[in-house]
Amino acid sequence: MYYGTVNTTLLFTLNIIYGVTMALKLEGYDGSGTFSHGIHPPERKTISKAAPIQALPTPKQVMLSLHQNIGGPSESVVKPRQQVVWGELVAKNTGFVSTALHASIPGIVQRPMRMTLSNGRHMDMIPIQLEGDIPSGQALWKEMFGGNWPTTDLDAYAPADISRAISAAGIVGMGGAAFPTHVKIMPNDQKPVHTLLVNGCECEPYLTSDYRLMCEAPEPIITGALLTARCVGAEQIVIGVEDNKVDAAEVLKRAAFGTPVKVVLLKTKYPQGSEKHLVQAVLNKQVPLGGLPADVGALVSNVGTMTAVARAVIYGKPMTHRVISVTGGGIVRPANVLAPVGVSFGELVDFCGGLKSDAARLIAGGPMMGFAFSNLDTPVTKGTSGLTVLTRDEVRAGEETACVRCGKCVDACPMRLVPTKMAMAARHNDVELARRYFITACFECGSCAYACPARIPLVQLIRTGKAQVAAADRK
Amino acid sequence: MQETELNVKSSMKPASSAISVSPSPHLANTADSTRRMMLDVLIALAPVVGMSIYIFRLYAVFQLVVCLCGCLLAEFVFVRMRGRKPTLMDGSAVVTAVILAMSLPGTAPWYVGFIAAFVAIGIGKIIFGGLGMNIFNPAMVGRAFVMIAFAGVMAASGYEIAGSTVDVVSQATPMNAYKMNGVVTPLINLFWGNTNGSLGETSALACLLGGLYLVIRRTASWEIPAGVILAVLVIGALDSSGTGWTALHHLFGGAVLFGAFFIATDPVTSPLTPKGKFIFGLGTGVLIMVLRLFSGYPEGLMFAVLFMNALTPLINRWTIPTPFGGKKQ
Repeated sequence: MYYGTVNTTLLFTLNIIYGVTMALKLEGYDGSGTFSHGIHPPERKTISKAAPIQALPTPKQVMLSLHQNIGGPSESVVKPRQQVVWGELVAKNTGFVSTALHASIPGIVQRPMRMTLSNGRHMDMIPIQLEGDIPSGQALWKEMFGGNWPTTDLDAYAPADISRAISAAGIVGMGGAAFPTHVKIMPNDQKPVHTLLVNGCECEPYLTSDYRLMCEAPEPIITGALLTARCVGAEQIVIGVEDNKVDAAEVLKRAAFGTPVKVVLLKTKYPQGSEKHLVQAVLNKQVPLGGLPADVGALVSNVGTMTAVARAVIYGKPMTHRVISVTGGGIVRPANVLAPVGVSFGELVDFCGGLKSDAARLIAGGPMMGFAFSNLDTPVTKGTSGLTVLTRDEVRAGEETACVRCGKCVDACPMRLVPTKMAMAARHNDVELARRYFITACFECGSCAYACPARIPLVQLIRTGKAQVAAADRK
Repeated sequence: MQETELNVKSSMKPASSAISVSPSPHLANTADSTRRMMLDVLIALAPVVGMSIYIFRLYAVFQLVVCLCGCLLAEFVFVRMRGRKPTLMDGSAVVTAVILAMSLPGTAPWYVGFIAAFVAIGIGKIIFGGLGMNIFNPAMVGRAFVMIAFAGVMAASGYEIAGSTVDVVSQATPMNAYKMNGVVTPLINLFWGNTNGSLGETSALACLLGGLYLVIRRTASWEIPAGVILAVLVIGALDSSGTGWTALHHLFGGAVLFGAFFIATDPVTSPLTPKGKFIFGLGTGVLIMVLRLFSGYPEGLMFAVLFMNALTPLINRWTIPTPFGGKKQ
């Protein structure tokens, strides 16, 4: 009896020790499954989590921005009144860091016009008036994610062909930053890539588009990952998923069975989906300041991008549609919508039952890094991961008070910077001070401003400070 | 920095009348605000205030009333003179008042506390530009002023009133009894707090309770009290005067714990980074012990904190953290 108690206690203790050690180390990888600092904002994913991906009824018109990505704009190759079919090239790359653009609906090209994107840039648009046939409803879903997604015999696809197909399809990173994918996968002999990290973290609160995609369409993600890894010569493929999406990770694991693709659960913490922090969490490697994941042999790409890659390589189809979460307390019927690039945010809102009366902010993307905009005619772009409509109660509010140097921004910053000092430097236009505190290392994740008890607009000030530093550099 | 109110000019959207735009992030930690932090400090001070009232009776109530009136009046008057928005509601003046009152002898006449309060708010804080801008801990500035201006009242002898109805007030403070006569107060008395001294400092238990609350709530960073306590214990253990005044006496006696948790942790006047905070705590602890052991004063907390406050900008400069990914080559 006595012996038994001791034994149980011992086992219990060993279990705890085992549990703690496991928590500090990711099985099979050098990372710990998390990173230091960061924040835990309310997730609020339940608002739209249960809504299956629904195809938006084909809009009467789309506005295709000639700037869909980071880098140079595209150049129109169509004339007004020209008829285009679905997926036809309408604009070509202007340089290497630039992407091709295709008609997201069939129809008649209208006269080019200028509009303001959600990120505040005024851009030339190619409007297309709907005319012709395009699958809709369930058929569109099938067209995008259904069909056969091979996981073996991919040797038939030569790396150069994969790269060419990605470039021709106009694929950009779908996680939000919209970096041209064909540039990212460019081989670099100095920096060989050994690991492809597929980003399924979706650490932005509210957003569920990647979650739904992982649950509903794991096969194209796996195929896309295999093709991308083949293209860059990566031996290891890991899909990182935050542990608030265990079910999605399970679905991926089943789909990945028998392939070299592995799925790992990472701690739910913002900004786990930042590529540098994903590399840290899985591989325990720090991307050097000002560097890229390739500097430590990694390539990071979003799950949505993987489906686009698979579709481009296997079926030769361009990127014309994407999944967008329409969510937030201010939307009547939250949903995850499969929508053509260039559709207006207003149509997404209409499809989801409209805005509630207490809707206070429209955000392209998630609430931490998304852009607030006010004109519902604004078109979505390839990088639009969501439309978050916040109510007055949800939105960051309150009067700015004095900084009491509590250091909560320091504890929150995942880049281990001192946000309040950088903000102070910006206020005084002190470029020297801003540089001393590594202002250019900030990627504006917003953790500091979220944590600030004095509601100081830290991100805004730091952006100003970066602009001051850039201006000083130009001199 | 201002939000811009814009009307939605979309023909299809009558639902919402006003949509605002603003830079990201669009969420904030609503559980936290500057006022909430001040409230936390007051909650943490509750056991200290409670014990002081229990031990010193009306002496404690009297000083609290004097300092509260003084600080709030000073805050109101000086902020008004600067033509700024009233700041009475941010709670910082109340915190300064309570900490100041708890650092004074209960026996001090009303004008001492009142003047200390005016100096604390006026010269300690407002003159630098108000909350967040001051270099020195306001309560300690006020206390230092009256300590010099009213040396007799604030000196060790000022703490004693022979034949007071409150027992402990008729005794010498433990620190002075030891310094002058080598009398060692039992540790248990220092722990519970039934000794003479500044109002808030006598009960180690109350300070620990309140301090733990602050640290758990992360309103105060643990690095500062840890640094202070570590330095005091180590130097206290090394100090081999062999009179029975141990390292624990050094820790529980005088204002070390009250200062470590409530005064040194003032975020405005302490460093920003965890490393800087620990250095600040260590420095404060070392200075406390240097003053206690080698100066004419029985206690050194106030000057230690003020000195380290002056070093804070330098510590901040020395402890700029290396960013994630290392410094650029």
